[in-house]
Amino acid sequence: MSAQNDTLDQEVVRGFRQRFANFREHRPHLFLLALMIVIPWFFMDLATWFTLTVSGLAMGLMLFIMASGMTLTFGLMSVLNLGHGAFISLGAFSGATVIVFWMNDLAGSGSLGATLLALLAAFVFAMAVSGSLGLLFERFVVRPVYGDHLKQILVTVGGAIIIMELIHVIWGPSEIPVPRPDLLRGAVILDSTVPLIGGAAVETYRLAAVLLGLLVYGVMTWIIDRTKAGILIRAGVESTEMVEIMGYRIKLLFLGVFIAGSALAGLGGAMWSMYQEIITAHMGETLMISVIVVIILGGLGSIKGCFYGAILVGLINLYIGFLAPVFAAVATVGLMVGILMWRPQGLIPVIKV
Amino acid sequence: MLNAILSGDHPRSRILSALLLVIFICLALGPFLFSSTRAFTTLGMICIFIVVVASYDVMLGYTHIVSFAHTMFFGIGAYAVAMTIGAMGNSFGAIGLGILAAVLAATALALLLGLLSLRVKAIFFALVTLAVAFAFMTMVNQLYTITGGEDGLRVRVPRELGPAFRLIENDLYGFSITTFLAGLFTQPWNLGEVIRESVYNVRVNGRVVMYYICFFFSLGMFLFMLRMMNSPFGRVLQAIRENEFRAEALGYRTVYYRTATVVLAAVVTALAGVLFALFNRYVNPENTLDFELMVFILLMCVIGGMGTMYGAVIGATLFLLAENYLQDVLRVLGGYVDGVPLVSGLVGPERWLFWFGLLFVLSVYFFPKGMVGQLRVWADARRRRREESG
Repeated sequence: MSAQNDTLDQEVVRGFRQRFANFREHRPHLFLLALMIVIPWFFMDLATWFTLTVSGLAMGLMLFIMASGMTLTFGLMSVLNLGHGAFISLGAFSGATVIVFWMNDLAGSGSLGATLLALLAAFVFAMAVSGSLGLLFERFVVRPVYGDHLKQILVTVGGAIIIMELIHVIWGPSEIPVPRPDLLRGAVILDSTVPLIGGAAVETYRLAAVLLGLLVYGVMTWIIDRTKAGILIRAGVESTEMVEIMGYRIKLLFLGVFIAGSALAGLGGAMWSMYQEIITAHMGETLMISVIVVIILGGLGSIKGCFYGAILVGLINLYIGFLAPVFAAVATVGLMVGILMWRPQGLIPVIKV
Repeated sequence: MLNAILSGDHPRSRILSALLLVIFICLALGPFLFSSTRAFTTLGMICIFIVVVASYDVMLGYTHIVSFAHTMFFGIGAYAVAMTIGAMGNSFGAIGLGILAAVLAATALALLLGLLSLRVKAIFFALVTLAVAFAFMTMVNQLYTITGGEDGLRVRVPRELGPAFRLIENDLYGFSITTFLAGLFTQPWNLGEVIRESVYNVRVNGRVVMYYICFFFSLGMFLFMLRMMNSPFGRVLQAIRENEFRAEALGYRTVYYRTATVVLAAVVTALAGVLFALFNRYVNPENTLDFELMVFILLMCVIGGMGTMYGAVIGATLFLLAENYLQDVLRVLGGYVDGVPLVSGLVGPERWLFWFGLLFVLSVYFFPKGMVGQLRVWADARRRRREESG
């Protein structure tokens, strides 16, 4: 009887382990995310953990917005755009121009409508500027070197230098402080009666960033899953020749995706400018590192992988930044190295590189 | 004789040979041809960066491995020697230990990088090295107790390499080319006066000794890498560049060859970093590890000509001259367009990088083989024309 029980137990255990292994292998992004969220519980109290998690989500979602364009251009056209960081800087400067110089009164008024209007104007302007520069960039810098990775790397690095120098010429070489709109300053403090996480404080701006980031992710998933353009993009990632054979103008699709990617980089940059509250022309270069880690983590070319990768990077940055600030950057790269050892193609690979 | 020294890889273009000869003479007689301190520093940097760019070319040009961690290895060398000297005092023993530490650290890191990211496909290597190099720079910035953080470290070189030491008691004579040329153009009628003015005294102190260490190191390393690239090993690298699949089918373990290339380049750069620390006598993240420096190395390599060792010489010389003197030219030009809003901003002396970026993109499109490659193409065309006409 007891022997039977033992085998039953073993079977239950084996079944559980099997399911766990399945989960780990088939949903590595969720597995890692759960791991990332649970482990810090042992090192900090829950209120701090909650604050850090929301902040990490905010940072991750902003990173996602910046990185999604780069991963899409790679997935669809196999173009490695190392000049992406320059578009982030450009978006930050354009957005800051609207907030600081053109609509300062609206942003500082404190009324909901005016703040929203100013923010919307800043984001739209940032996207328009970097999107239209993306058009020129695709046309004159990237198009001649389709299909040649080495030249793409060289040319886009050169293009990034030029854009960065242009930013210096237009906005001057010094840093520009970017104050947040009045409504988004300060923090939301949870009531101390809330169990476990009572008293945790979350900055308003980060909450807003999380909401906006989720919105962008939602819209993007909807476009890619449900619309004609999305089908074409997914088909293009699988095989560009086939899409061309079906009679679609693949060049137009490339151009559209490149512009959208640049515009998203600009949007991310504008959001980041208010998050950091100070901008320099070199901010894009620094952010590029996180962006690159994100797209490698996610699996080059995958939007969903990019989303989870960005959140992982955001979370580990905040957790390690709290526990041992010196090692924040190293931990980010360490995460990438570890995941590459485990899964050389990234979390959710879509293309064979 | 010459054939053996150059490993049978000649410049193959008259203009190129002439350029290389001029550069060689200027570097060999450097302290005796240019009297200013600024020129002296520039010449030393050219010697060091020829090695850095040539070792980068071994990866980029000969094997098509794009690495963004080259400055990391350069910084490892520079910081290793700065830190051992800081800990043990300014003796040659400390320098030796620094060199040993630099070589070991560079080898270990390069092996790690190679094994990690050459496992996955080639394009990952660029991205992974970029991220790792950035993490390394952040570490150096953060661990300021041992690296000095953003302030960096001052390197107290041994007395024999400093300005107080005299190798030869008497001064030697130098002949200032710049003064001579300036005089030749402004007052060619009294040539004797010009020549007399151009002669100046050179104190053969420890700085000059250090310069010549750099020069001979640079020459030796350059010839070594030239030999290496024209050996069977180098041929395999070029085969991998042209068609990796085929090279593997012929029985070469391409992963080993690539890793060996990365390690070789890393060690050579680390040695160059050691010399940089000793020559510059000051090390900080900005002058050894910055991403901008990495881009500069890339620019030097591509503008000079990828896949040709001579391209490193031409590229490094041209770029460092531009970095130091193009600003002066732009300042003069800026005087003419003063007041025109956007243009004057673009021509200002701080904007030299803009012009170099533009030159870089254009050269990738129109002269993908760089200056050396283009000169060779022209020379070949000329030779063919002459053969056709008899």
